[in-house]
Amino acid sequence: MNTRITLRETDRNIDKQNGTMKKIFHSLNRNKEFCLMMLPFMLLIAIFCYLPFYGITIAFKDFHYNLGIAKSPWIGFENFRFLFTSGDLFLILRNTVLFNLLFIAAGTIINLCVALLLNEITNKFAVKTYQTIMFMPYFLSWVVVSFILYSVLSPDLGILNKLLSTFGMGAVDWYGRPELWPVILLFSVIWKGTGYGSIIYYAVLIGIDKEYYEAAAIDGANKLQMVFKISLPFLRTMIIIMTLFSIGGIIRSDFGLFYFLPKDNPLLLSTTQTIDTYVYRALKNNGEFGIPAAVGIFQSLVGFILIVASNGLVRKFDKDSSLF
Amino acid sequence: MFLTNSKGSLENRRNKIYKILINGFFIAFAVCCLIPMITVISISISPEDDIMKFGYQIFPKHIDFLSYKYIFAYPKQILNAYGVTFFVTIGGTLLALLINSMAAYALSRKQFEYRNPLAFIVFFTTMFSGGLIPWYILITNYLHLSNTIWVMIIPSLASPWNMFLLRTNFKAIPDSIIESAKIDGANEMYIYYKLILPLSKPALATIGLFFSLGFWNDWWLCLLFIDKSGLFNLQYILYRMMANITYLTSQMPLNLGLVVDTSQIPNESARMATVILAAGPMLFVFTFFQKYFVQGLTVGSIKG
Repeated sequence: MNTRITLRETDRNIDKQNGTMKKIFHSLNRNKEFCLMMLPFMLLIAIFCYLPFYGITIAFKDFHYNLGIAKSPWIGFENFRFLFTSGDLFLILRNTVLFNLLFIAAGTIINLCVALLLNEITNKFAVKTYQTIMFMPYFLSWVVVSFILYSVLSPDLGILNKLLSTFGMGAVDWYGRPELWPVILLFSVIWKGTGYGSIIYYAVLIGIDKEYYEAAAIDGANKLQMVFKISLPFLRTMIIIMTLFSIGGIIRSDFGLFYFLPKDNPLLLSTTQTIDTYVYRALKNNGEFGIPAAVGIFQSLVGFILIVASNGLVRKFDKDSSLF
Repeated sequence: MFLTNSKGSLENRRNKIYKILINGFFIAFAVCCLIPMITVISISISPEDDIMKFGYQIFPKHIDFLSYKYIFAYPKQILNAYGVTFFVTIGGTLLALLINSMAAYALSRKQFEYRNPLAFIVFFTTMFSGGLIPWYILITNYLHLSNTIWVMIIPSLASPWNMFLLRTNFKAIPDSIIESAKIDGANEMYIYYKLILPLSKPALATIGLFFSLGFWNDWWLCLLFIDKSGLFNLQYILYRMMANITYLTSQMPLNLGLVVDTSQIPNESARMATVILAAGPMLFVFTFFQKYFVQGLTVGSIKG
């Protein structure tokens, strides 16, 4: 199939006869309808994605609101030096990366198990029902989930502490113990995301020819062997791709999760502050611009390198699935 | 001719155990999904002093709709928030579908000579950004969009991911249909409007739902840019209520005539009632359209 549409002869002749300006004008004229259709979208991209690149300089300046970006004094790498020496960067980087690793590992395993188990159910109605119910939390925002979590974890009113006291164990101050929150957040992420995350693996599984399993059954394989020798190999590519893409995003975090669920409690910051919540709080609570801007640059750069690297790896496994 | 039973009764029993265990697992999972949501409902219909005495219960001891009566007696806040959210969601989704599908169509056409560089320019934004601070300063200081309703719509309109999904969809439409329309004298806008859009209804429905969910659930733009209470959307009101138990009821006039003394003001239950009012309808609607999300997810996992 000809993927390059060659210009019509009349167009080429006109191009041959004219200079560069005319060529440009002629080209624009040919494509004018497409350009018009792209205009709103490209304008929005230019304004909201490319204009802010100029703001990268804020990271190197002592930004003052009233002076604007251009007139604020230049301070070079001061903001970065502060970041690296204050230990702030280490904390938020550690939290962001560790949480992501935790979510990737636990999430992948649980999504896989759910997909595999779902695949074993023959009753279509049961499958639909389970999927629908598991999918529901996906439609809730983290603000709503923070209320739901509060109904469970509230120190004096929550159902978990009530449950613990009926079993004779003491009530726990959930919102005051930062070391508990990696687990709490993990459970929340799994609660909200499994319905959605298991779908991709389930879609692969239902595409596997049933004859493989029948042949294996005749050969005397048990369920576990069928999973490891048939299902997982088919899923291998998808698992690798999903994991690699997740690693590409390891420097980013879900703001809503880390900001709303801990209810903005300063006690919990040591384990729930990520890069994104740090930038937001520095801006809104402390009125800082230079330092969070420096963090943002750091995050964008590392993120970019990770995405390119992880995509390069994805290409090795399945060229069609890579982004570029 | 005599076919023996291919499975012994021991295997049958083992399979039965598998079935019970697997279904049991999913029933437990489903219960875990539902119980927290049911708890919120039950808190919203519990009397306030039951809550103080017994805490949150999964099943309420007494049922009392005072919290809902309270909200509907002075519904100004929540109706306003509903209005904002509906306007942003519906307007935003329609605008987003229009803008993204036009761009997707242009990029899907091989005749468009600039499609490759433009696609890269768009794609690059998904990999690298200037960060929150420059974007924030742009919107507040230079575009002056703070405290307008448009700030909750415009920054989310151009969505590279969704646009590329639509482009994949449009690419699948056979060239022959478009070519024959061109021979009949149609221009690109006409083809887009009369040909491509009708043919892509499922994809547009799916992407439309993605956008709707995004706009309905958005708290980020409101959190960053709005401090005028008349422009708060539903999610942001919920957020304010989380920090301040009396946020909702303190805005209402005291003499609503529904309670005898201030200890009976349904603070806790009214909060949860607001959660139900904010999240409930959309949870119901989106669950109904769940299959489109599934479709979008499985198609999108193929290179967009």
